[in-house]
Amino acid sequence: MSLEILTYSFMHRALISGIAIAILCSVVGLFLVLRRYSLFGDAIAHSSFGGIALGLLAGVYPLWTAYGVSIVSALIITRIKDKYNISSDASIAVLLSSGIAVGLVIIGFSGGFTIDIFSFLFGSILLVSVDDTVLILSLTGAILIVILLLYRQILYSTFNEEQAKVSGIPVEKINYLIVFMAGITVVTSIQLVGVLLISALFVIPNVTAIMYGKGFKQTAIISMSFSVFSVVVGILISYVFDITPAGTIVLLSIGLLAGTMVIKSAGLLSKN
Amino acid sequence: MLKVVEINNLTVQYPDVKALDDVSFVINQGDFLGIIGPNGAGKSTLFDSMLGLNTKYKGTIKFFGKDIRKSKNYLKEIGYVPQKPIFEKNFPVTVNDVVRMGLRNESDENRIDEILQQLWIHELSNRRIGELSGGQQQRVFIAKALVNNPKILILDEPVTGIDQQSIELFYSILRELNSKQKITIIWSSHDLDAVNQLANHVACLNRTLFFHGESEKFFSDDKLIKQYSEASMQEHMHHH
Repeated sequence: MSLEILTYSFMHRALISGIAIAILCSVVGLFLVLRRYSLFGDAIAHSSFGGIALGLLAGVYPLWTAYGVSIVSALIITRIKDKYNISSDASIAVLLSSGIAVGLVIIGFSGGFTIDIFSFLFGSILLVSVDDTVLILSLTGAILIVILLLYRQILYSTFNEEQAKVSGIPVEKINYLIVFMAGITVVTSIQLVGVLLISALFVIPNVTAIMYGKGFKQTAIISMSFSVFSVVVGILISYVFDITPAGTIVLLSIGLLAGTMVIKSAGLLSKN
Repeated sequence: MLKVVEINNLTVQYPDVKALDDVSFVINQGDFLGIIGPNGAGKSTLFDSMLGLNTKYKGTIKFFGKDIRKSKNYLKEIGYVPQKPIFEKNFPVTVNDVVRMGLRNESDENRIDEILQQLWIHELSNRRIGELSGGQQQRVFIAKALVNNPKILILDEPVTGIDQQSIELFYSILRELNSKQKITIIWSSHDLDAVNQLANHVACLNRTLFFHGESEKFFSDDKLIKQYSEASMQEHMHHH
């Protein structure tokens, strides 16, 4: 691998955005995984597909409509789930399929715009602009600050909702906050891995990190490190071998998961 | 005597059964109240209503003289230890993490250290909660309930599935909290002997409240104890 690729400015933007997204997805994803809400990221991503199609049809920058549609539909589905007592997995299925359905119908109306859609489905991290990078960094910073300020409350309501309620923690508000932050995170990350592989970034580094048997902060740090490693190495490898970054990143993080499983079954990690 | 809890005409109607029927009593500051009653007597419903988890009740519940329907501020003065806290076995939190959950970011570290030592879990502080025994986990949750310096400690049947040695330790901790730190304790239990030894007040519940008063009065009245035992026995037979 030649070091020359590190001098390209598009590569700088890709790596900077990639690292920010890696950290963001791993932190937000940790709470989703612990809430048994692993596929929620996937569901939001699919609903953003409807938003993207809407943006392309209306001639608006598709990520803006994707933010709007994803966040609103995620909040609505959470409200419906609470009100009608629908289970988490069923509500995820509803959100997921309705987003795709809306997207398909809109595409049908407009006579099809398959090329643009393709980059949203599979990501296009090497094409991120300076504006995109600034947006990604600001949103990452904002969400991380909120989580840092509230993590003990968020963690408590994730650990045991009832006990948290009795301690006077506004559990419902925190649930909506997490859904809101997950919506922003997913749409922000679409540029890196696309709609179809989003939940890999949310779930795999966290499942891996939890296996190390550590406390909360260390688990979060391990997860972020694995996530950043997969994204950076994935972007570089994919460029050198001219393969898709999204697939490479996800395969690398699966490799880390597999490696951790091997270490664990060899008895080198504390039992849990 | 300062009244910390006043319950007036509390009635909870579930679709098929009246869980609590016109229950009224007062808890004074410093009381160690043992709430006894057979399974299905409404103990959990009573706690849920007192903690704001069940709001579908008739009557009033006051903490520190204020109706809990009007303000949730009273929860800050309460430490609650649930019967069996439910969590994922490999949830990535240590004892240290659990005790600090929900606190403001600056916590009183000296106070937390002191509590962990008092409850004999200091050496476990870096272990994951899921690795600990039932008795150890229970002490962690008592520690968690104590870090806010509560005026009242509420414990729901907290010795289910815990070994005898841990139970003894747990009882001595409760006694100390009540006598030295003057914390009001509200404790539901199946164990009449333990209630006799620890509590200074007894509330005997079987959907209605059929006794509330000093524990000496209850335990010196053979007729009351017989009544209680029969009620428990009927419930027991009913369950099998």
